[in-house]
Amino acid sequence: MSMDTSFTNQKFKSVGTRPLRPDGIDKVTGRAKYGADANAPGQLIGRILRSPHPHARIRKIDASKAEKLPGVKAVVTAADMPDLTDGDKSMFDVLENCMARTTAFYDGHAVAAVAAIDAKTAREALKLIKIDYEILPHVTDVDEAMKPSAPVLHSKMFTEGVEPKPNKASNIAKRTEFGHGDVGAGFQEAEVVVSRSFKTEQTHQGYIEPHACLASVGPDGHGELWVCTQGHFVYRNQCAQLLGMDVSKLRVTASEIGGGFGGKTHVWCEPVALALSRKANRPVKLVMTREEVFRASGPTNATSIDVKIGARKDGTIVAAEATLRYSGGPYLGAWAELGAMTSFACYDLANVKTVGYEVVVNRPKTAAYRAPSAPMAAFAVESVVDELAHKLGMDPVEFRLKNAAREGTKSSYGPVYGPIGIGPTLEAAKNHPHMQAPLGKNQGRGMACGFWFNFGGQTCTDINIGIDGTVTVTVGTIDVGGSRASLTLIAAEELGVPYEQVKVVIGDTGTIGHNDMTDGSRGTFSSGMATVFAARNAIKILRERASKTWDIPLDDVVWEDGQAKAIGESHGNLAPMSLKEIAAAAGNTGGPIAGHNEIVADGAGVSFATHICDVEVDPETGKTNILRYTVIQDAGKAVHPTYVEGQYQGGAAQGIGWALNEEYIYGKDGRLQNAGFLDYRIPVCSDLPFIDTVILEIPNPNHPYGVRGVGETSIVPPLAAVGNAVSNAAGVRMTHVPMSPPRILKAIDGARTN
Amino acid sequence: MPEIHLWGALRPAAGGASSVEIEAADIREMFRKLGEQYPGMEPHIARGIAVSINGKIFRDSWDEKFPAGAEIYLLPRIQGG
Repeated sequence: MSMDTSFTNQKFKSVGTRPLRPDGIDKVTGRAKYGADANAPGQLIGRILRSPHPHARIRKIDASKAEKLPGVKAVVTAADMPDLTDGDKSMFDVLENCMARTTAFYDGHAVAAVAAIDAKTAREALKLIKIDYEILPHVTDVDEAMKPSAPVLHSKMFTEGVEPKPNKASNIAKRTEFGHGDVGAGFQEAEVVVSRSFKTEQTHQGYIEPHACLASVGPDGHGELWVCTQGHFVYRNQCAQLLGMDVSKLRVTASEIGGGFGGKTHVWCEPVALALSRKANRPVKLVMTREEVFRASGPTNATSIDVKIGARKDGTIVAAEATLRYSGGPYLGAWAELGAMTSFACYDLANVKTVGYEVVVNRPKTAAYRAPSAPMAAFAVESVVDELAHKLGMDPVEFRLKNAAREGTKSSYGPVYGPIGIGPTLEAAKNHPHMQAPLGKNQGRGMACGFWFNFGGQTCTDINIGIDGTVTVTVGTIDVGGSRASLTLIAAEELGVPYEQVKVVIGDTGTIGHNDMTDGSRGTFSSGMATVFAARNAIKILRERASKTWDIPLDDVVWEDGQAKAIGESHGNLAPMSLKEIAAAAGNTGGPIAGHNEIVADGAGVSFATHICDVEVDPETGKTNILRYTVIQDAGKAVHPTYVEGQYQGGAAQGIGWALNEEYIYGKDGRLQNAGFLDYRIPVCSDLPFIDTVILEIPNPNHPYGVRGVGETSIVPPLAAVGNAVSNAAGVRMTHVPMSPPRILKAIDGARTN
Repeated sequence: MPEIHLWGALRPAAGGASSVEIEAADIREMFRKLGEQYPGMEPHIARGIAVSINGKIFRDSWDEKFPAGAEIYLLPRIQGG
């Protein structure tokens, strides 16, 4: 059976339809089980003590009083979680982030944990733990952290990526560079140049469900973990490594997930819960509070970005450059690197250069957030692109179309593009009624483009045919946005059976091979690919069983419309054999019928989007209302269009919140001042109009159905689309996200003064 | 001999070169020889490098062959949300 991943332009019966979601009833009735919904006999409640200081050396921890408190069963500190990372620096960073060792690096950094018979006792015990801190100077701003005078977080951090290697430690963890051509020569050709500096503030993914788990480790070294995660296999591997357990002896079951968006892609409190359980020899339930989620899980980066673009008067961009500085919390990340790669990916540029700096600061360890790093870069670049179009007197869509990347374009990050969708999204925007709708007083329209890579990864899928002919598909990728529905459609398509005959389940780590986490918009792309091939393997067995039953050659049996059919004149009197009939006879034809596939699903197609946004800005208060919003994005192939639209709308909603309201606010004392949804305001329904969507389908040549990832790209353009709309409405270029009322008023006042 | 293009963070390990030539038939052989010839790249390889072959990005499949005359770029191993 061919496992060729190439696009085949297959005609579909199930794929592309919009059946009801299989997880819908459970979620609306409350039957779905999330991270905090599991309990175990004799369980304890875990709580974590966190540093109130943004930067402090831990001189001594005295937990003796807490340990003596009645009801306390275990106290753990870094001493109970020794370094078993064997030189793996990124895992050591994860370990240190789970439990501070010699230094607390941010307000909220875990320093000790308690397991007690109830939450009240656990909280009381935390108060009895005495930490002797030596408070150190701190820095929370990305630009301040880069200054030579800034307090240095790590005495052995010497900037990577520069030659010669620096001999003085700094907070600049890494420098990176992308591009081609000669930017200097390109700017010499430019007749119009726009150069600006931008800042974007740190935001949180804002997932509704906090991190939560139930951990149980026995004295025999076997353990179980029930957890809310984007990747239970990854969590298993990381927990096992950090705690010195055998991977196979830790069984991890993923709960339903109330949002992740990248924030649940590596462990936070889970190793602590396991360490508490191991020490107490009791199950431990640990649920982070909302305040803890803000202070001590993984928000995205704050950034500082300079962009300069030059064009000829005919609208041809001749040179583009950007310098991007991304804060990564206290640890080295690859965030500026991604920003530098994605900055100019929408455009066909002869001369382009981007330089990224990874910067450490006294803030929480950052994590991925939906197309990580790309929205901030797009905000800066698309703002300058828009301003350049205005200066040239060109329509912003036409200007982008003139410079858009296309098949054969050398991308700004290096490789040459295959078939891509930036041009078609712009054409669709140009022709969309939204672009022609009238605007009123204090209203403005903005548009922007966005790019994201998408990727695949290790994937494993099992298909089992029940004795009644119903189908169970077991996958190991967490369903964060509807993949169970899309995988059901794919299995139904291949097997030729109704959607209702298939059930997709997320297997625990003991039931199926390793799967990478659900990130990089890979759930439907990669598990879909594995499901196609697993189904085709199952079909091969179904044909074999039919050929055996009929006693005819296998080559004379085909699979069509969910039935085995005998082909050839000599078999003309054989009635088709249904899946149900073959399944019922399985015990006498060779046993259970299953199909399996394991694959590294590389070749995810890159994705582009164009967004259009109308706003009204109140010049007296600076408040912005979103009047109308349209998302146009290439999906490759929309397996379940309703879910694809939902992904487009969700990304836009998060991006609008980021653009207008959301922001980590730190005081001069280095403490987070708005660790709750009252003071950190995400958009609610009344803040948003219905978000219109347009799905384009430019097939990914590297997937049998042409599927591209769709989950992330939709958050890339909104900061810039809203920014351009607000700038047009207010009559002043906005350069600082979020564009909160005070910042808009300040910009308007500044423009009046000037 | 395939020309392997390097992104900026790798170039110091190759004496500042933007590309190097490595006699390799596939990704695995290329990484092995890169590590041997440019030891400064080993930490980057251990941390994870993606390889673009004619525009198709491979994060994990080290078996992938290099077609004759292929355009090969090394890229950071992309993370996602």
